[in-house]
Amino acid sequence: MNKLISSVSPHINSNSTTQKIMLDVVIALIPAAIASVIIFGARSLLVIGVCVAVCILSEWGFEKICKKENTISDLSAVVTGMLLAFNLPVSIPLWQAAFGSIVAIVVVKQLFGGIGQNFANPAITARIIMMTAFSGTMTSWVFPDASSSATPLALISKGQISGLPSYLNMFLGYHGGCLGETCTLALLLGGAYLLVKRVISWHTPTAFIATVVIMSFICGKDPLYQFMSGGLVIGAFFMATDYSSSPATKWGKIIFGIGCGLITVLIRFWGNFPEGVSFSILLMNILTPYIEKMTRAKPLTGGGKV
Amino acid sequence: MTKLQNFTKGIIKENPVLVLVLGTCPTLATSTNVMSALGMGAATTIVLLCSNVVISALRKTIPDKVRIPCFIVLIAGFVTMVQMLVKAFSPALDEALGIYLPLIVVNCIILGRAEMFAQKNSIVDSAIDGLGMGAGFTLTLVMMGTIREVFGNGTWLGFPIPVLSDNNISILTMAPGGFFVFGLLIAVVNKFSQNKPKKREFGCEGCPSADICHGKNCGEVEADD
Repeated sequence: MNKLISSVSPHINSNSTTQKIMLDVVIALIPAAIASVIIFGARSLLVIGVCVAVCILSEWGFEKICKKENTISDLSAVVTGMLLAFNLPVSIPLWQAAFGSIVAIVVVKQLFGGIGQNFANPAITARIIMMTAFSGTMTSWVFPDASSSATPLALISKGQISGLPSYLNMFLGYHGGCLGETCTLALLLGGAYLLVKRVISWHTPTAFIATVVIMSFICGKDPLYQFMSGGLVIGAFFMATDYSSSPATKWGKIIFGIGCGLITVLIRFWGNFPEGVSFSILLMNILTPYIEKMTRAKPLTGGGKV
Repeated sequence: MTKLQNFTKGIIKENPVLVLVLGTCPTLATSTNVMSALGMGAATTIVLLCSNVVISALRKTIPDKVRIPCFIVLIAGFVTMVQMLVKAFSPALDEALGIYLPLIVVNCIILGRAEMFAQKNSIVDSAIDGLGMGAGFTLTLVMMGTIREVFGNGTWLGFPIPVLSDNNISILTMAPGGFFVFGLLIAVVNKFSQNKPKKREFGCEGCPSADICHGKNCGEVEADD
């Protein structure tokens, strides 16, 4: 007698696991980590270490307390820790970095159900909370030789164009900023690795960056500066592409990227803050369910007529 | 229920803020520091005690159909008295509480206790209930005020605390910090009392794969074939 084998979907399996994807993201972040040590000194390694360690610890601790399955081996906490560290100034007090890591993992990720359930990007949200909580230390940019400088975007918004670093320094990351966001070269390398490994698709980063560049051109600002300064590159490649908090559909990703770009430009050119990448990603995270609903694939037969 | 149980139920088991989730607005607004938390708690407790006693005494006189307007008029009367007293004896506290002092009139805890308890129980019981609920409200406010003032501002009742006053987390004194602390306290109270939130039950009824799966894959039910 023939036996019809019936099983529950999904019917197509692939080898990719959360752990492998996260490992790829960690690998992609390593060039920027190396660049941060070269530019800002060894303390940036300490900040990254503290963030990663506290993220892993708080994930382990929360899941222990709530008697949930332990997920630290999927490396997602490592990625959150690295991304959060990349969004902090190198001079941040370590207890504040630890506080931000706990907020990222416990409040933003675990309270909403853990990996895959968080509606907002943990690192971005933690950064915004830290911006509100520690506005002083979150906006002081110190170099290893103890000199400090404003970020290029802060200079532009104050109209001090003459103090801006050269294009080459902008590209290599020798300017004030968060420790992982300044070196455009390293971030592009990492982003290219993720694209080649198909961890992320090109839609969101391209739409995000293109929107910012085109809008800068229209508004009469230097598009190259707008592209290389602030958190645009790290945001577009590593944060706006977060699986659980951004749309899964192709057109959804493009809309998401354009929305991020528009909000970034609005905040950068007309807002009170010099930088708007993190706010734009958080706001678009909130809109993600609606974008997905709007761009959902239609059934082949036309659908809709019941 | 003994008189003591009647009093203590307001502190944890039926805590008006953390379990009944009433009066959230004044809780978030006035728990930014311990002083205004204490002031708000005391003012609300006095109003609650007086309104519970009077509503309980008048419970047979007030017609059922117009009871809510009657309660509100009585509560508003007591709030006006408390407000005048605070204005006269502690203008600084009046300044700190601002609009939230007159807004005690619409505090759900007071109307809620009138509706749920005072109009059905004796005067003594209602007075004890009012005191218990007031104590629970005040304790919660002071606890939130302590957390928010100590970590958000580095002081307690205005006295600076050595290490923390240089390292404060200023978001805690703002509105989002209030929500964080509020949520955390609710979680802690749920953890240590019997009021555990009901786990959502997933059945096979709504599952599109129910026909072939029979609950084998999600561990919900034993396969029955």
